[in-house]
Amino acid sequence: METIILFAPLLGALLCGFGWRLFGETAAMWIATGLLFLSAFLSWIVFFTFDGVTEQIQIMRWIESGSLSTDWAIRMDRLTAIMLIVVTTVSSLVHLYSFGYMDKDPQWKEGEVYKPRFFAYLSFFTFAMLMLVTADNLVQMFFGWEGVGVASYLLIGFYYRKPSANAAAIKAFVVNRVGDFGFALGIFGLFFLTDSIRFDDIFEAVPTIAETQLTFLWSEWNAANLIAVLLFIGAMGKSAQLFLHTWLPDAMEGPTPVSALIHAATMVTAGVFLVCRMSPLMEVAPQAMMFVTVLGASTAFVAATIGLVQTDIKRVIAYSTMSQLGYMFVAAGVGMYSAAMFHLFTHAFFKAMLFLGAGSVIHAMHHEQDMNNYGALRKKIPYTFAAMMIGTLAITGVGIPLTHIGFSGFLSKDAIIESAFAAGSGYGFWMLVIAAAMTSFYSWRLMFLTFYGEARGDKHTHDHAHESPLVMLIPLGVLALGSVFAGMIWYNSFFGHTDQVGKFYGIPYAEAGAAHGGAEAEDHGDDHAATTTESHGEEDAHGGEHHYVFTGKPGEGALYIAPDNTVLDDAHAVPKWVKASPFVAMLFGFIMAMWFYIWNPSLPARLAENQRPLYLFLLNKWYFDELYNVVFVKPAMWIGKQLWKKGDGDVIDGTLNGVAMGIVPFITRLAGRAQSGYIFTYAFAMVIGIAILVTWMTLSGGAN
Amino acid sequence: MDNLLSIVTFIPALAALILAVFLRGEDEAAQTNAKWVAMFATSATFLVSLFILFEFDSSNTGFQFVEEAEWLMGLQYKMGVDGISVLFVMLTTFMMPLVIAASWNVNTRVKEYMIAFLLLETLMLGVFMALDLVLFYLFFEAGLIPMFLIIGIWGGANRIYASFKFFLYTFLGSVLMLVAMVGMFADAGTTDIEQLLTHNFASETFSLMGIQIIGGMQTLLFIAFFASFAVKMPMWPVHTWLPDAHVQAPTAGSVVLAAILLKMGGYGFLRFSIPMFPVGSEVLTPLVLWMSAIAIVYTSLVALVQEDMKKLIAYSSVAHMGFVTMGIFAANQQGIDGAIFQMLSHGFISGALFLCVGVIYDRMHTRDIDAYGGLVTRMPAYALIFMLFTMANVGLPGTSGFVGEFLTLMAVFQVNTWVAAVATTGVIFSAAYALWLYRRVVLGDLIKESLKSITDMTTRERAIFAPLVVMTILLGVYPALILDIIGPSVAALVSQYDTALAAAEAATQMALN
Repeated sequence: METIILFAPLLGALLCGFGWRLFGETAAMWIATGLLFLSAFLSWIVFFTFDGVTEQIQIMRWIESGSLSTDWAIRMDRLTAIMLIVVTTVSSLVHLYSFGYMDKDPQWKEGEVYKPRFFAYLSFFTFAMLMLVTADNLVQMFFGWEGVGVASYLLIGFYYRKPSANAAAIKAFVVNRVGDFGFALGIFGLFFLTDSIRFDDIFEAVPTIAETQLTFLWSEWNAANLIAVLLFIGAMGKSAQLFLHTWLPDAMEGPTPVSALIHAATMVTAGVFLVCRMSPLMEVAPQAMMFVTVLGASTAFVAATIGLVQTDIKRVIAYSTMSQLGYMFVAAGVGMYSAAMFHLFTHAFFKAMLFLGAGSVIHAMHHEQDMNNYGALRKKIPYTFAAMMIGTLAITGVGIPLTHIGFSGFLSKDAIIESAFAAGSGYGFWMLVIAAAMTSFYSWRLMFLTFYGEARGDKHTHDHAHESPLVMLIPLGVLALGSVFAGMIWYNSFFGHTDQVGKFYGIPYAEAGAAHGGAEAEDHGDDHAATTTESHGEEDAHGGEHHYVFTGKPGEGALYIAPDNTVLDDAHAVPKWVKASPFVAMLFGFIMAMWFYIWNPSLPARLAENQRPLYLFLLNKWYFDELYNVVFVKPAMWIGKQLWKKGDGDVIDGTLNGVAMGIVPFITRLAGRAQSGYIFTYAFAMVIGIAILVTWMTLSGGAN
Repeated sequence: MDNLLSIVTFIPALAALILAVFLRGEDEAAQTNAKWVAMFATSATFLVSLFILFEFDSSNTGFQFVEEAEWLMGLQYKMGVDGISVLFVMLTTFMMPLVIAASWNVNTRVKEYMIAFLLLETLMLGVFMALDLVLFYLFFEAGLIPMFLIIGIWGGANRIYASFKFFLYTFLGSVLMLVAMVGMFADAGTTDIEQLLTHNFASETFSLMGIQIIGGMQTLLFIAFFASFAVKMPMWPVHTWLPDAHVQAPTAGSVVLAAILLKMGGYGFLRFSIPMFPVGSEVLTPLVLWMSAIAIVYTSLVALVQEDMKKLIAYSSVAHMGFVTMGIFAANQQGIDGAIFQMLSHGFISGALFLCVGVIYDRMHTRDIDAYGGLVTRMPAYALIFMLFTMANVGLPGTSGFVGEFLTLMAVFQVNTWVAAVATTGVIFSAAYALWLYRRVVLGDLIKESLKSITDMTTRERAIFAPLVVMTILLGVYPALILDIIGPSVAALVSQYDTALAAAEAATQMALN
């Protein structure tokens, strides 16, 4: 069944991309979409019937060289199962949505066939993404990793006539390759250390890796920390974390369904998935984890500040995505992988919906993307408005404080913020709370500018604004369900008590303090269990009956939680003000947005005028692009030119030809006079030359 | 079939002889005949060579299909293949029919053109099969002549300069090799490669004109061979002949040059340098590794600013050959497996890329990148194929380009992390220059008046690309097709190398004590 899930999209891509001439455009698109719905359906079955035991499915041999042995294989565990439903569900809905959105796209001329190509790319992307999440080893994961990169490149550059789209596509690919540079070195390092690239072998070797010192470049490093950081550099590229994020906003050049699928729900979360997948290694790499936390928190903050002032509706959501990915990394960084996956899961629903909703708005407004030209749209496109409203409530984290009732974002975001506090990461906690306020502000700003106030911009466009067709509204409805309920339904599985989480991920756990049943429990269980019960004695353990701790070894279950990692328990025990803080931040952001865009709409312009440098700084995205252009792009071109003209031309050719030999100029002078007809003469001379050399050689050799 | 190798080697030469003797005239019919004779001969060579592949026993690490015969002046004619060379033979026979098919539009001196390519095939096959030093040298050097003629007669405007540069670089490199060969004969008393492989060349340090030569005789021999192979590869900094040669060569010439001729250097390292002069190799390994890493970064940066399509791809070839030398001198299983894989895969990919240039050059008669743009609108099939090979060129997993790059990098990481880190930056640069080239040529709006009536690929052109597409993807998804064949021979080579080094080490220790 897993194999069908994996290959159905590939089949769809091939049939749709190459077969549309045979069975027509529409049929081809339906084949791709149908196969994806099949995948999605099977994925949900797998998700619900999965029993927590990791399983491997061999498909084919791949790269085998000496002790390196790589297979094409599927690793089925809870992480995979979660990713399967996220990827296939969003992807199938995006396929369906694209029937409406991509219809009669004004970017194309009459008679140009572009839709099968688009669907083929989408299906191909899905295949690559599934390869990534089902990978049984790091190299296959790298295959998926680069595969989604290519799909992303193709889809960002889908409107290939637009120079900006082409530039954005290349930028996305190249910046991701910077991350891949780190990822690849991490893989090499792991192979060097463990002689294997299979997850099982690596996880088993984790205790050894933690003790190993590795010489890398100028210094000796703790192997675990070094490798974790290298792998995380890969994650930074794919998940658009600070310093490698510049490609994500530009990626909005692609059609909106692409943004929803690739640049919000799935591909950009691959980095988070990688960190969670490597949890056994991350658990023994404290410095690396610190780095992940700080970078994630900084990203959440920086992206949110930029999101405050952007006016392109898709860019606002793009920065919001970047910021939310920062949240996930903070969760992973403090050792709460499960919370990271929780937010990844809920975020996929509400962010995909926000993007698709934005797409619906753009569709209604004849491809106008500037929010300055929106306004008062809620009556014109009521369903889209409702969907966007649900998405906004979810992302800003609306719910009832101190309970587990709320929109999906409320539960997962709070889980992360509580974990950050519980793990003692003050920086992470405060950055995320501030970012939460800003998230609320820019999300409501988007809503107010788009749907409230007065109609701005081209009157004609506003008059003709129309609700989207059903194929676009159905996906919005399905995602809305997820945005509302996903958090409440799966709260306990992702962020409940130790036994609930343990059961969900297949991580062995045992009752603290008591004699353990599980055979795995002995080693780390005892001494640790005692401390746990002591420190949290006052906690209202659920139902008051049992208290559990994780006892798995690396590689057992889908995640590895080290025995001394008590963040999950601690997070449930944080003070009430901590639990309430994201809610307060959300309210603050909401009120500010009301004030700025409903009560006093002239305020933003005045503020921008008064605080011009700050405004420009944010509007220009902290000047990262400009900086990189000066520091990397221009110098690379300049050096290239110097090496070519000066290096190859003057130094090498100059030395070899001119100074050292003086032969080439001489011969070219000769040759200048020569007609090509005489060239056989030269060749003949050479043959004779070689004959003489060989003769001399055999004779002199024979003399010995 | 006792002389299968000779049959494969000399079918093209025989066809060349037939053309030379029997074909008369320059009219249309004669030209068509010449093309068909060449096509038939190269195809036949390929089909016959399949017997070599099918009957090759990869678990046997020795030479197979060995032929021996006396030759003039007491020289011996000895041919054979092992796991290291057999696939280069296959690469050659596989590529040549495609090369001939790509030359279908040549219309000046067609007979001579075909003769040159047929002779070239014989000589290239000879290089990969020869098991005698003199024979190897003959094939190795004589191969220069047809290539020299191909560039010099059917090349572009500046062909004379390019062909002489090509000839001089590669020829001068070989002179040193010749001297070394004489030295080897003097030392071992045989020119039989099989025997030379088991001969221990002296490796005691001695001083020459006041300079301590670590690794002694082996180091000197290594350097001499290195001079020749490094130019052939080509390695930085003796690579500058390649861009000029490519730019001036006709499309088919570029394909042969990139796909096959460049592989002779790498093959030479594996056949001679590593197994025969292990101590010398080890002494100079750091130098070679750094030259490789520099080559990757340096030529990638240069490729970034090229304005001529062929030059860009030529520089990219140099970068890819950097991975090969790096893998070879990492001298472990992954490194050498990866190096051989990279050479074979580069044969398909760079060959295809030069053919891609050829397709539009035939239509527009310019290689200037700025002269193009927006081709996708009128040439969708071309855009697809060019995209595939662009991605293969940047080493996308799932294409054959990935396997070699990945294995060589992984191998060198175990030897020297600095080199690994520097070389890995190549994956960033290659993406930049390859995609930027693609963007400027294929993407964008088609606004240039001259391109408005350009036509998509013909059936002949598609047929040429089809086998290359299949190989690129097949080997990327199932590389065992290659790795299974070369694996045992490479393992033997690596263990022999390690043993030799250990023995030399022990000897030095003994001498010290």
